[in-house]
Amino acid sequence: MSHAPARPRVGLFATCLVDLFRPSVGFAAAKLLEEAGCEVLVPPQTCCGQPAFNSGDRITARDLALQVMDAFSGCDYIVAPSGSCTGQMVKHFPELFDEPQLATRARAFAAKTFELVSFLTDVLNVTSVEATYEGRVTYHDSCSGLRELNIQSQPRQLLASVKGLELVEMKENDVCCGFGGTFAAKYGELSDAIVTKKTANVSESGAPLLLAGDLGCLMNMAGKITRQGKEIDVRHVAEVLAGMCDEPPIAAAQGVRR
Amino acid sequence: MTLHPTTPDFKDNAHRALHDPDLQKALGHVQHGFIYKRQSAVERLPEFETLREAARDLKNHVLANLDLYLETYERNVVAAGGKVHFARNSAEACETIVNICKAHGAKSVTKGKSMVSEEIGLNAAIEAAGMQAVETDLGEYIIQLRGETPSHIIAPAVHLTKEQVEGDFRRVHTHLESARDLSEPVQLLTEARGVLREKFLAADVGVTGANFLIAETGTSIIVTNEGNGDLTQSLPKVHIVIASIEKVVPTLEDASLLMRLLARSATGQDMSVYTTLSTGPRRDNDPDGPDHYHVVLVDNGRSAMLGTEFEDMLRCIRCGACMNHCPVYHAIGGHAYGWVYPGPMGAVLTPSLIGVDKGGNLPNASTFCGRCESVCPVKIPLPKLMRHWREREFERHLTPSVQRFGLKIWAFFAKNPGLYSFATRTAMRALSWLGRDKGRFASLPLASGWTDYRDLPAPQGDTFQAQWRKRQQEQSR
Repeated sequence: MSHAPARPRVGLFATCLVDLFRPSVGFAAAKLLEEAGCEVLVPPQTCCGQPAFNSGDRITARDLALQVMDAFSGCDYIVAPSGSCTGQMVKHFPELFDEPQLATRARAFAAKTFELVSFLTDVLNVTSVEATYEGRVTYHDSCSGLRELNIQSQPRQLLASVKGLELVEMKENDVCCGFGGTFAAKYGELSDAIVTKKTANVSESGAPLLLAGDLGCLMNMAGKITRQGKEIDVRHVAEVLAGMCDEPPIAAAQGVRR
Repeated sequence: MTLHPTTPDFKDNAHRALHDPDLQKALGHVQHGFIYKRQSAVERLPEFETLREAARDLKNHVLANLDLYLETYERNVVAAGGKVHFARNSAEACETIVNICKAHGAKSVTKGKSMVSEEIGLNAAIEAAGMQAVETDLGEYIIQLRGETPSHIIAPAVHLTKEQVEGDFRRVHTHLESARDLSEPVQLLTEARGVLREKFLAADVGVTGANFLIAETGTSIIVTNEGNGDLTQSLPKVHIVIASIEKVVPTLEDASLLMRLLARSATGQDMSVYTTLSTGPRRDNDPDGPDHYHVVLVDNGRSAMLGTEFEDMLRCIRCGACMNHCPVYHAIGGHAYGWVYPGPMGAVLTPSLIGVDKGGNLPNASTFCGRCESVCPVKIPLPKLMRHWREREFERHLTPSVQRFGLKIWAFFAKNPGLYSFATRTAMRALSWLGRDKGRFASLPLASGWTDYRDLPAPQGDTFQAQWRKRQQEQSR
């Protein structure tokens, strides 16, 4: 593991979904990073290019990868509150370039890019957070984080340090929620069948709050949960770890707190 | 000759599958049984990961030297008294087999389980030539009675409930008395066994597939759990092995490496119940075995995959672990994929074999969750290969125009951060205001693919970047 500078300059890659739909996750991430001793920068940014990459449009994916690498060139680390976007930057940016110079650059960029929670635990050696949440929660392991970046124990370790919080594991917590980016819209009915199984497992856990580390998956599951009329809140794990649960849960109205 | 693909109608197939209560009931077994059993088997073998790497390297080595190993294999089959036939495509493979059957005056042909025989449409070819083809694997036998194709590469009738199988047996086995109890799987098995025993004894030719072909000895190996393969290949006068070209491995030792992975990955067994080796026809002092031994090696598009980004797919040893762990397969089963090979391996192989213009739906109908790759015994990067198919489609302008257009608009904004910032701020503030009462949308123009099934969470308000800039400005004041 690389040795962290005293006050590392961390470029926060908010991810387009957090930027557009849920800025509070970005602020929660910034708070966690600042509390861990980082200087947080937010360079102008759009998207990591994963939608293009997974749609077969390699040229656009390359353009956006270069744009991201340029935007974050002055940072010691790049951190994103998403396993999926981080997976794109860490695993797939280097695959996009055959040119030796660009490939080297992409590999160097990948080496200093981390998903938020694993950055806190694995790089900054954070073992606990100062947060309180009274109640039971269940945690969904999003696929890219789990299988591309081996993120599984890290969020559980930090959640265990939240005062009052009890983690109850749902069945099949490592099974896909059916989001899959454009898959959710292209194959809506199929995606629905998969998320329906997921929300059944969430319900069965008995936890009134569902957490995960990827806003795409969270919006999918939250949207299904509200459509089904289930009384379960959905939040990004960073919100709980940062003790920032003032905003209504995902897909819930202002003033709705269960 | 080969099965007509319905992959272009994948979405309709999937819709029907999702609304088929019998299928949904049957699929419950796939989702739980296979996964748990594999996991336990893997945990019992500490070197499993090392074996996966060794298997990947072995198969890569074979693929890089395929011509050499195929020639060696052929030489050793001939030395053992057999004959090897190379078939470029389905038609040649079927013709070769039918001609061998005819030459021996065959009326009845028994078959062990073989996916490549499904791929080339062998049963139809045998029947068209006036002979009877009898599937002897229990699952294959059941689906043959129903006029269906396998829905899983190792458990061909996994889409059926035992009640459906009882119904089929009562319909076809007219000797059955109505009082006979067939409510338990073992009773169904006993019934099929009785019927199949007669077929084994009457067969003129036996056709089996091959899990592995051994170059150094000219041996073919099948692994089964029912022993039907043994009766298929040892009772008739003629044994025909049908295998695709990538099944060859250099030595018996190499095959044993792959066998340590195969059953564990497939069914969670340490080994299959029967592992049967066959090398040439019966020798003078053998107690039994066929008088004639033929091997039909099928290419059917595989050599064209060599040296391309799809070569990795030829490592596949057909264990089925990828589909056993696939959320899409769990939802719809195998038939919806519309051709011979379902699940993630089918999503990569199908476009290679029938063309991405016909098979293009399959590599797109994946969430890229990566569970298939994580359990593949030969470490095939299945999501990556599916993505390569999406790239081929995109290059050839086969991607649906709505999607292409959407991607283009999105890319235009994403590549212009200034414009992006202005456009997204405006849009998010408007959406946030519109969704302020409920915090979500039950329907939204242009988003019906999403909102038909689930709500779309409303944005919180201004974008993160805009709010962050504001915060920075306030702090610096």
